[in-house]
Amino acid sequence: MFAYIMRRLAVAVPTLLLLIVFSFILMHLAPGGPFTQERELPPQVLANLNAKYGLDDPLWKQIINYIWGIVAHFDFGPSFVYPDRSVNELVAAGFPVTLTYGSLAFIAAVVMGVGLGVVAAIWHNSFLDYLAVGISIGAQVLPNFVMAPILVLIFTLWYGLLPGGGWSFSDPSFWIMPVIALGTSYMASIARITRSSMLEVLGSNHIRTARAKGMPEHRVIIRHALKPAMLPVISYLGPVFVSMITGSVVIDIYFSTGGIGKAFVDSALNRDYAVMMGVTILVGALTIVFNLVVDVLYAWIDPKIRY
Amino acid sequence: MTKFFATTALVASLAMPAFAVQPAEGEQLAENQVYNFWLLDAIKSVDPAKNTDVEGSDVLRQLFEGLMNEDEKGAMVPGVAESFEESDDKLTYTFKLRDAKWSNGEPVTAGDFVYAWRRAVNPETASEYAWFMELMNIVNATDIVKGEKSPEKLGVKAIDDKTLEVTLTTPTPYFIKTLSHATTFPVPQKVIEEHGDAWTQPGNLVGNGAFVLKSHNLGVDITMEKNPEYWDAENVVMQTVKGITVNDNNVALTRYQAGELDRVQIPAGQYPRLEKEAPDQAVSLPYACSYAYVYNVSEKGPEALKDVRVREALSLALNRDIIVNNVLQGGQKPATTWTHWAIEGFDQPETELATLSQEEKTQRAQELLTEAGYGPDNPISLTLQYNTDENHKKLAIAAQQFWKPLGVNITLNNVEWKVHTDRMQNQDFDMARYAWCADYNEASTFLDWFRTDGYNSGKWSNAEFDQLMADAKTAEDTTPIYTRAEEILAEEVPAAFVYHYAKVDMINPDIKGLPTENVLNSWYAKDLYRLAD
Repeated sequence: MFAYIMRRLAVAVPTLLLLIVFSFILMHLAPGGPFTQERELPPQVLANLNAKYGLDDPLWKQIINYIWGIVAHFDFGPSFVYPDRSVNELVAAGFPVTLTYGSLAFIAAVVMGVGLGVVAAIWHNSFLDYLAVGISIGAQVLPNFVMAPILVLIFTLWYGLLPGGGWSFSDPSFWIMPVIALGTSYMASIARITRSSMLEVLGSNHIRTARAKGMPEHRVIIRHALKPAMLPVISYLGPVFVSMITGSVVIDIYFSTGGIGKAFVDSALNRDYAVMMGVTILVGALTIVFNLVVDVLYAWIDPKIRY
Repeated sequence: MTKFFATTALVASLAMPAFAVQPAEGEQLAENQVYNFWLLDAIKSVDPAKNTDVEGSDVLRQLFEGLMNEDEKGAMVPGVAESFEESDDKLTYTFKLRDAKWSNGEPVTAGDFVYAWRRAVNPETASEYAWFMELMNIVNATDIVKGEKSPEKLGVKAIDDKTLEVTLTTPTPYFIKTLSHATTFPVPQKVIEEHGDAWTQPGNLVGNGAFVLKSHNLGVDITMEKNPEYWDAENVVMQTVKGITVNDNNVALTRYQAGELDRVQIPAGQYPRLEKEAPDQAVSLPYACSYAYVYNVSEKGPEALKDVRVREALSLALNRDIIVNNVLQGGQKPATTWTHWAIEGFDQPETELATLSQEEKTQRAQELLTEAGYGPDNPISLTLQYNTDENHKKLAIAAQQFWKPLGVNITLNNVEWKVHTDRMQNQDFDMARYAWCADYNEASTFLDWFRTDGYNSGKWSNAEFDQLMADAKTAEDTTPIYTRAEEILAEEVPAAFVYHYAKVDMINPDIKGLPTENVLNSWYAKDLYRLAD
C-alpha cells in the first residue's frame, strides 16, 4: 500500500507540470492581457508594466521562471490586477473561506444524503421512501442560484435573522446560508446514489446469508450492507469534496464571501495570469490528492481491492 | 494674471468650514454616525498610484486628500492647498499648502506631493494611471514614463514645506480640475519605504484624509474610521464609513432593503417601480458617461462605413427615445453629442439629430442610404460587437430592429470583455459599443477621444477637429470651440451616440450630504451625516 501511494504521488508531479504548461499556454492564447482595458494604455506605460511582471519575456522563459519560482521559493508570483498583493496572499485570504463553508456543506450533505438514501432503501416503496425521494428530487431541481435568493428573502428580508452576505470567521451566522445553498443539491445526489447502491446491496447474496443466520436487521445493515453500499458514493465524493472546498462562483458572488471560487473566474476574465495559475494548481493538486484518498479508502472498505 | 482663489474661497471656508454640509436646524443626528456604501467588487488597491477604478477612488477620497476637493456641485474647492497662483503664461502654478497632518501626526508637506507625483510617473512603479500626469501636461511626464528621463526631472518642485510649484508643457485649462483625482493624492514616503507593497495594509497605511483605514477584507468589506489628525476633523460628523462588497446588483438591492446598505445602484429596468414605491429613496442623477456605437472607419473597416451617408443614416435611424424610455428606464437622456449634456461649460449644437422628429430622421436616413446606393434591394451587412452584459444585449437587439427596415442587416457579436477591448484596439470590428466616463468636468475629457492621436478605436481623423482641440488649450472661452467640435462630429459621424448616463440609485433618506449635482459623483464622507430614524 505504501509503495502504491508513493508511486501515485510520483506520477502526480509530471501531471501537475503538464497541467501548468498547458494552462499557461492556453491562458496566453486568449485575446487581450491583464492590462488590456477600455482606456488603452500608452505604449510606454504598457511596456513598463510588462517589464515589471516579466510579460515581455518569451513564453517558454516565462513558464520556466514561473515553475522555478514555485519550486525554489513557493512563490506563485504577484497578482496583475491587485498590485499590492501576491497570489499567495490572495489564496491565503480566499481559500480558508471556501474551505470553511465548503467543508461544512460537504459534511452536511454527506450526513443528510447518506441518511436519506439509507432510510429510503431500507423502507423501500414505503411512505418514508417516497418522502426521501421527494426531498432529494426537490433539492436537486433547486439549483444554488435559485436557492440563494430564496434563503436571503426568507432569512434576511422577511425575518432579519441572518446577514444577507459577507463573511466573518468569528461569526457563524455568515456561514449558514452559503452552507445550505451549496450543500443542498449535493445532498440530493448523494441520497440518490446511496439509495440505489443500498438497494442493490440489500438484494445481494451475502445479505441474504446474514439474514438467514438470524442476525438482527440493524447489524445486517450497519455491518454488512452499509460498507459495500458506500463504494459508489465514495468515488462520487472525492471530486465533489474538491469542488466544494474550492468554492462555487455562484455562492461567492451571491453571498459576497470573498472566496476563491469567484477569484478563479475573475482571474480568467481579467487575464490575471498568476492568480489563475495559482488557483488552477491548487485545484489540480487537491484533485490528485483526493482521488488518491478515494482509492485508498476503497481498499480499506473493500477487501477484494488490493494494490 | 493672478487668481486669488484664496480671497474668495478661503473667506468662504472660514464662514462655512471645509464646505462640510452641516446638519440643518431641527435635524436630529443619529447616535451611530456610520455610512455603509456598496462596492460591486473587491478594491484592487488603496495605493493612489496604483488605483485604476471608480470604486477604488471612492475609498481613496476618504483616506487621502489632494490639493483640491470637489463640492456637492462638482466645483473645485481647496483641499490641502489653501490657495494658488497661476502665472501669466499659464504654465506655472504655485500652491500654498495649509497646515494639514498625516494620520500619524506628521505634517503634510509640499515634498509629499513631489514624492507622490514622481512615484506615479516612475517606470518602476508601473502605474496604470501614469498617463494621468501626462494628461495634466506636467513638464517631462511623458519622457519619464518612457524611461528617457529620471523622475526627478518632473515639473513639480517644493519651494519650501508649504509651497508647491508645478510647471506645465502647455497651458491646460482643465489643470485645476484634475487635482481632485486620486492619482494626484500625496503619499507618505517614509511609510512606503518602510513597508514596501504592504504599506496599504490596515495598520501600516498612513493617509491625510478625513478617515483612516481600519480593516480591509479583500472582496468582503473595507472599514474606515474618522481621523482625529485631519485638519478639519472638528467639522467631520461621520465616524465610520464602510464599503461592503456585493457582487450582484440585485442582491445589493435586497441588502439595501434589509437595511445593510445606505446606497445602491438600481438594477436596470427597476427604476420606474422603485420610484413609485419609494420616491424619497430612488434618485436619477446626471452622470458624466456617454454610450456610443463606434464605427470602424480604418482601412480594416467595412467599405459601407467609409461613406459618411451610411454612418449618418445609421445614427439617425436609431430611435433613442425608445432606448431611453422603454429599455433603460432610468432617467438617462438620448445622446446627440459625445460630450455628456451636463458637463460644465458645454453647449450642445443644433444638429439635425437634435432637432428633427424621429419620423423625419428615419425618412432622412432612408434618403441618405438610397443616395449612397444601398437599401432593401442592396442591403448592407455589418456586425455589431458588444461585451457580455444584459443591457448591452438589449440595446444591440433594439438597434438591430431599428436598422433592419433600412436594409441594414446586423449580426450581433457578443464577446467577453477582454476580447471586445482587444478587438476594438486592433480595429478588428465593424461597429462596437463603447462608453466613456469623464476624468474631469470639462468637455475635452470626452472630445479628446476623437483626436487623431486619441483613443479613437475607429481611427476617424479630421484635421479641423484636431486643430480645434489644440486651440481649446489656450482659449479664454472654450465653449464655442467645443460646440464646433461637436458639430464636426455630427457632420462626420464617427460614431452613433446613443445615450448619456444617469446615476440611478437608492439612497437612504437618513444620509445627508451626498452630492446630487456633481456629474462625476465624487463624494466625500467628511461631508456626510446620518439622521436619527
